[in-house]
Amino acid sequence: MHQDAFEQHFEPVWSELGDLLDQLERSRFRRKVDAESATALPHLYRKVCNHYAIARSRRYSPALVAQLHHLVLRGHQQLYKRRGAWLWRLLAFIATDFPRSLRSHGNYFLLSLALFLLPALIIGGYCASDQDFIYSVMSADQVEAMEEMYASDNARPGRTLERSSESNFVMFGFYIFNNIGIGFRTFAMGILAGIGTVITMLYNGMVIGGVAGHLSGIGYHETFWGFVSSHASLELTAIIICGAAGLSLGHGMLAPGQLRRIDSIRRRGRQALPLVMGAALMLLGAAFIEAFWSASAVPNTVKYFLATMLWLLVILYFVFAGRGAGGNR
Amino acid sequence: MEITAQAGTTDTVRTYETPEGIELQLRLAGPIVRACAWAIDLAIRMVAYGLILGVGSFFGGIGTALILIGFFLIEWFYPVFFEIRTGATPGKRAMGLVVINDNGTPISFSASVIRNLVRAADFLPLLYGVGLLVMLANRDFQRLGDMAAGTLVVYRDEEEKRGELPDVVSKPPPPGLTVDELRFFIEFAERSEKLTPERRWELANLLQSVTGEENQDAVNRLWSYAKWLTRGR
Repeated sequence: MHQDAFEQHFEPVWSELGDLLDQLERSRFRRKVDAESATALPHLYRKVCNHYAIARSRRYSPALVAQLHHLVLRGHQQLYKRRGAWLWRLLAFIATDFPRSLRSHGNYFLLSLALFLLPALIIGGYCASDQDFIYSVMSADQVEAMEEMYASDNARPGRTLERSSESNFVMFGFYIFNNIGIGFRTFAMGILAGIGTVITMLYNGMVIGGVAGHLSGIGYHETFWGFVSSHASLELTAIIICGAAGLSLGHGMLAPGQLRRIDSIRRRGRQALPLVMGAALMLLGAAFIEAFWSASAVPNTVKYFLATMLWLLVILYFVFAGRGAGGNR
Repeated sequence: MEITAQAGTTDTVRTYETPEGIELQLRLAGPIVRACAWAIDLAIRMVAYGLILGVGSFFGGIGTALILIGFFLIEWFYPVFFEIRTGATPGKRAMGLVVINDNGTPISFSASVIRNLVRAADFLPLLYGVGLLVMLANRDFQRLGDMAAGTLVVYRDEEEKRGELPDVVSKPPPPGLTVDELRFFIEFAERSEKLTPERRWELANLLQSVTGEENQDAVNRLWSYAKWLTRGR
């Protein structure tokens, strides 16, 4: 068959596919295509794939081959695209995928927890017994600001005097900006062979442990623990989860096993993403509690009670949620 | 990964074989053009920061909260927002680039999030130092984020308008030529529109041994062969 006859014969099919793709490439609200004509896509696409292969093997003109290649590429993109149901996917993610994903990263979680907890306990212990030791961890300015935040006479614990007049909303925005950013960075630095994540976790452990130890040591424990207890369960767990995700990524980089290094990283990235997204949601919740509840004037006993409930809830959630159906763990 | 470089070439075209058994060709984008795209995006982001700052400062406490949340979203999710909608941020679009999964499909949400989170590591120690080194060491110009997400940045494939073949009398080409050699006649005829007459003569004169003609006569002869090949006599 001569190229000309070939073109004339199949031109209607190509323009039909072209028109359908024009519609499908628009946003969902502006496309004018009914369900029935959309179902023609796979059939049309495969036909044009066939024509493309024929055109190439018969050495038809390069321009025709390019035209068909362009159609095929667009068809490929539309056919193999994932669509929709994002709200349902979000709910399913919270109910099952996130806790399951954490359980499958159990070892990394324990390692991340150790990297955070060991320096926190050691530095915290030193800071509690020696009031000057905190200056080895933080600068004098930071120590002063921190002491001011949790001084017994501060009506808004957790905020410096400068910030005490800021509304809860401002602090909510600040906690989102700051804390979720820290979480994301903790994960991202894992790709540098895990070193970035290890350093971040150790550093956070040292500073948080040091602050807690120092403030307890100088007698500000009422304001400090009253403030942090409510959101600690969500916030600290989320940071440790981000650490676990980063460590998994770093492990994939360092020891790809039987995979190529690039495939290993990609696989770890895919697997760790649910952890990071879940942790971001937890940090969002923590920011809400920290801004609107932690600094409020509610008696500490109520705060401690709710904090205990929240810790229990977090633990139960990660241990039990998403188990069962189909032998999933 | 199924993407393969064409054997023996050093160009930046990668082919991917689809389940239908045909090959898609992807043209990779290098560091320079991507840096230009990033600079455009940076300018757009600066304007967005400015707008948020300007509007937010009118609304007191809640305004400040919205500024901070807006900054957070732009810092981390500006590229994700555009990549999952059209495959490219405005900067990439302006430079004619698009981000795709390495199997040629449009970038998925999770891949976009991963590549833009890991951006924080690529940016180290200053202005994408790590990202640039990794890109230069990588066959597919992937930075760390692209490697973790399994994505490629490629040139957007623009459809070219096909010109008409020149109107001449068709003549059969001389016997004994291979299919690929015959194909050059068609390619020449299709490209003619973009060439100056002198360049056409120059190219056609190279085939004097085949056509036995010179200058415009040689060009006409090649066009005749092309017409014979595509339309018959």
